[in-house]
Amino acid sequence: MSTTSASSTRNTAPTQTGDRVFSGIARTAGLAIVVALAGVFVFLAIEGIPGFFQPEQFYKGAGSFWGYVDNLIFGTVLVATIALIVAVPLAFGIALVVSHYAPKWIAGPVAYVIDLLAAVPSVVFGLWGINLFAPKMVPLYDWLHEHLGFLPFFKGPVNPVGTTLLTTGLVLAIMVLPIITAISREVFTQTPVLHEEAALALGATRWEMIRLAVFPYARSGMVSAVMLGLGRALGETMAVAMVLSGGGGISFNLITNSNPTSIAANIASQYKENTPGTLHVLIATGLVLFLITFLVNFAARWIVARNERRMSR
Amino acid sequence: MAKSIDVSELDIYYGDFLAVQGVNMTIQAKSVTAFIGPSGCGKSTFLRSLNRMHEVIPGARVEGKVMVDGQSLYEPNVDPVAVRRQIGMVFQRPNPFPTMSIYENVLAGNRLNAKKMKKAEADEIVESSLRGANLWTEVKDRLGRPGMGLSGGQQQRLCIARAIAVQPEVLLMDEPCSALDPISTSAIEDLIHELKTEYTIVIVTHNMQQAARVSDETGFFNLKAAGEPGHLVEFNSTQKMFANPDNESTEAYISGRFG
Repeated sequence: MSTTSASSTRNTAPTQTGDRVFSGIARTAGLAIVVALAGVFVFLAIEGIPGFFQPEQFYKGAGSFWGYVDNLIFGTVLVATIALIVAVPLAFGIALVVSHYAPKWIAGPVAYVIDLLAAVPSVVFGLWGINLFAPKMVPLYDWLHEHLGFLPFFKGPVNPVGTTLLTTGLVLAIMVLPIITAISREVFTQTPVLHEEAALALGATRWEMIRLAVFPYARSGMVSAVMLGLGRALGETMAVAMVLSGGGGISFNLITNSNPTSIAANIASQYKENTPGTLHVLIATGLVLFLITFLVNFAARWIVARNERRMSR
Repeated sequence: MAKSIDVSELDIYYGDFLAVQGVNMTIQAKSVTAFIGPSGCGKSTFLRSLNRMHEVIPGARVEGKVMVDGQSLYEPNVDPVAVRRQIGMVFQRPNPFPTMSIYENVLAGNRLNAKKMKKAEADEIVESSLRGANLWTEVKDRLGRPGMGLSGGQQQRLCIARAIAVQPEVLLMDEPCSALDPISTSAIEDLIHELKTEYTIVIVTHNMQQAARVSDETGFFNLKAAGEPGHLVEFNSTQKMFANPDNESTEAYISGRFG
């Protein structure tokens, strides 16, 4: 997330004790985040940069660091993308139902159950994914392969236990759903009644009212929600490590046996054989993940800010 | 185009709470009708029941009849969305859509009707609506700027332009000047005078001078007692209301002896 720390544009120092104490606390909190983030970056840089230049045998036959990390980057981004494609519309839909459509006595419990999903540990999602969900998906994959096999996504051969990229993406979708839902619900409910009534009084249907008044107001919050969800999807370790059967290279084939795994899952599964060389390489992949997350966040913020600049005077 | 409104035995509820009881009145077409009364007496609630905005609040409902030119608004087969397209509303605080330009704000209602408009046609509607709201000369050079960049009084006139752009039959105004300074207020009052040649206008106001200045007929709402529902005390021509009202409590309220 973009941290705008200590944005004190005022020139005058606060004089009241309460003001001084509060501004001190706020500034400390803001700085702490920046320091923590910088600390993580420095650690990753110091420990990771040597990982770029290790002898060849540490790259598992890939020859170079980029040859080693490129399919990990691909796998990470691909499963996160699948997760967001599935989760984002669903999450916004649930959030809208809870905030604007459902009567209170349904909306409350539904919101509560969704929030509970966020509290389920990822290892539980992993177990559920590999033992229950993945086998259940196999018939669907067979069907997709048979009827849509001409698409590169469903070329097959079908993985007989279902531990595929698509399964992993769907498990991740369920995991990021509560975060996106909870935050977007919160911003949807805060739409000023004034704007909602302006739309309704013009003869807007409920959906038109949402398009006219709710979405424009909530846009930046919705982006935040998606970014937090994406952060979790990119960084998710346990569930991916458990569900996805790795070992493959770059491929868009979503329903097959050998898949590119993700950076975080790869670190988790390789960490035990920690010769110093492997460790450096793994931390270097972590550095790459950090930079990807940072860049995606930055790009999203930039797009939102540009839209808002265009609209403000 | 402008239409008269007949209200008979209208009871308005918030859940189980009866807010306004037993209203009967006839609002003339192409005239200005003002509602006055102390805070909480139900005049805004009543106004909102005239375009079915009341029921937007969860649990809110009405009993009784509202007829606009013979067509009942609360029949089960009447779509509230269609009602609101015919009966426009201007709110207490100006509420242009914050992410839209002045141009898009004026057209917001027309766009909802999902008709594809030609650019020339859209330009035409924007110009005539803004002229109708006495705002054209002030904004014609910055139609692409956001509506929120205007002053409060200009924003309110923008909201009026937005309401008349869809050519409604009736225009409801809920204390449209209460957030404005005297100069903007006077601009809006002049505008109301002009608009009544084409529209039926119903206005709620806390300012009795304003009711006297702009309206042809006036309704006085009051609470029977604290905790009791509000009701319509007197409905008469504005002249008579302010000179020689039929009801004692109307006179007491207007002359400032209570409320």
